[in-house]
Amino acid sequence: MKINKLYLVLLLLALVAPFFLYPVFLAKLLCFALFACAFNLMLGYVGLLSFGHAAFLGTGGYVTGWLMMNSGLTPELAILLGTLTAGALGALYGKLSVKREGIYFAMVTLALSQLVFFIYLQAPFTGGEDGMQGVPRGKLFGVIDLSDNISMYYFVLAIFLFGFWLIHRTVHSPFGQVLKAIRENEPRATSLGYNVNDYKWVAFTISAALAGLAGSTKTLVFQLASLTDVHWHMSGEVVLMTLVGGVGTILGPVVGAGVIVTMQNYLSSGELGNYLHIIMGLIFVICVLAFRSGIVGELQKVWKRNFG
Amino acid sequence: MKMMKKTLLAASVAALASSAAMADISDGKLKIGVLADMGGVYADICGQGCVTATEMAVEDFGGKVLGMPIEVISADDQLKPDVGSAIVRKWVEDEQVDVVGGLVSSAVVGAATKVLTDAKKIALISTAASNAFTTKQCSPYNVHWTYNVAALANGTVQPMVDAGNKKWFFITADYAFGHALEDVATKVIKENGGEVVGVARAPLSTTDFSSYILQAQSSGADVVALANAGNDTVNALKAASEFGLTEMMSVAGLLVFTPNAQAMDPNVAGGMRTTTGFYWDLDEQTREWSKRFMERHGSIPAMGHAGAYSMTMHYLKAVEAAGTDDSDAVIKKMKEMKPDDFFSRNATLRADGRMVHDMYYVEIKKPEERRDGDDIFKVLSVIPGDKAYAPILPECNFK
Repeated sequence: MKINKLYLVLLLLALVAPFFLYPVFLAKLLCFALFACAFNLMLGYVGLLSFGHAAFLGTGGYVTGWLMMNSGLTPELAILLGTLTAGALGALYGKLSVKREGIYFAMVTLALSQLVFFIYLQAPFTGGEDGMQGVPRGKLFGVIDLSDNISMYYFVLAIFLFGFWLIHRTVHSPFGQVLKAIRENEPRATSLGYNVNDYKWVAFTISAALAGLAGSTKTLVFQLASLTDVHWHMSGEVVLMTLVGGVGTILGPVVGAGVIVTMQNYLSSGELGNYLHIIMGLIFVICVLAFRSGIVGELQKVWKRNFG
Repeated sequence: MKMMKKTLLAASVAALASSAAMADISDGKLKIGVLADMGGVYADICGQGCVTATEMAVEDFGGKVLGMPIEVISADDQLKPDVGSAIVRKWVEDEQVDVVGGLVSSAVVGAATKVLTDAKKIALISTAASNAFTTKQCSPYNVHWTYNVAALANGTVQPMVDAGNKKWFFITADYAFGHALEDVATKVIKENGGEVVGVARAPLSTTDFSSYILQAQSSGADVVALANAGNDTVNALKAASEFGLTEMMSVAGLLVFTPNAQAMDPNVAGGMRTTTGFYWDLDEQTREWSKRFMERHGSIPAMGHAGAYSMTMHYLKAVEAAGTDDSDAVIKKMKEMKPDDFFSRNATLRADGRMVHDMYYVEIKKPEERRDGDDIFKVLSVIPGDKAYAPILPECNFK
């Protein structure tokens, strides 16, 4: 009940926010929040650290961007196709990587995402280092003009809520229970008769598709798809967001993405711009040393101790 | 009916009031954003120096235009198109920036000018080289000031082909600028009876050029053209001399900025010829401005710095003449008025946004010719603007 109230308050905040804050910044925040949530599905609920999620973010972005520029599809269809492509890539990569665990899983995903990076660097349709520039935002369902930032924001909010709901639903379903069982004790889950690799594979595919959804949406917001989104730095950044916010909590990645994106946004143009990476590194170190369960995880502990 | 009349009257008064406000500076301040590379390979040619030059122009103008204060803000694009366009978007949509200057890497500028054109704001391009901003991607709001790849190719490549260097090999920066420069240079080479025997494309900010130099060495070319810029040129030339390439064939830096020329070994770079839009030691006028710049910035100005000053000054003059900061009115005035200062000689701002002015064909001085560390170029000839730049395209003729 309390949790539901919290969600309601957050939703209200999200609905009025664009009238007080710059909508494009908020939309960016939501895109990264969705990306981090998708990543958290793997790290937090299956216990597998993927170091290649940027590949899906970027794939969604490039496919949607290309479709918007060349096919004349409406934005929602372009996003859908971008998401499906990222999901298909995720299914392929998942098949190849979920048989491994721990550092080997991370290395396999990193290697596969570097393959994708190189393809996007060299393929002519991506524009290489220039990025895919001037992607039109188009008209939603052919009616609503998204070039207005406020409409764009509400569209992004709707997409984010859908993604968030899907993850919430997945985590709290019997399927999600099995994922958590795998995270806690994989041999036991196997001995109970679950085909562990198939569960991991499906979770990986969902995670990849949602990361692609985040990337597709981000491309529309910024009207640009670039190599930054496929670079391994991006795969690292999402780990940071998830850890700072709280691994394995449903709201953690949202908070983490909020903290990191806000810092990037406000620090990069100020005096501290050159120290941005040092500050982020320090936060990471402090987070890992002092509060391992992240902001949301720690808050939950405090809540449980006092009110639970 | 009476009610109706009143409403009409009120509406027309409101309309008049708003049009009166239009003929002025929006939100009581003229805000100039300078987007530059503060820490990457182009930081020396248009980083903090471009901010300084823009600030100098504002100060020399008196710090105020039409009675309103002028503010200069700046940001680091990190040479990434996504970062640059996001900053510019935030500037024009959320921070009431009226015009954006600086603008270095062609990839970033391509993305930034699209945002600016959508927002109907003027882009003052000082250091980007690609000619796309006044051709393929031309926009009524683009103003391209200092130089472009066409001027470089016409200025540097043509005399070398004429002198008998027929076989060319390119080491190209692998993004918008490098591709554009390679394109126009190839055209000039072919038109003058030469041929391109090979191309190696190196990513921006490459530090190890050895594999590209080896490709060049085995190509059998007469000239190895460096179609890159900034520290990339410095690093490529360093590798070329280490591998002995400079003794086998001649190396042409198609785009050499003074700070980079300063960083090159004069024994290797001496005698290399290139084209520039500005040199600090041309005459009294350029020396006077450059001295002031040096006092504030600590090193001699690159052409982009001088361009940033000159274009900001011209923009401010146009704002004053137009009596408003409305982009359409200002750009019209900018194209009507003739830019004329220490930088812009025999200059016009064409309808396509290309500022055409005298360019200089220069040679990097050999060690024995140098008076001191700042004595870098020897001016061989002045290239008139209409010879240096390509003619205006009909689809880019914005009137």
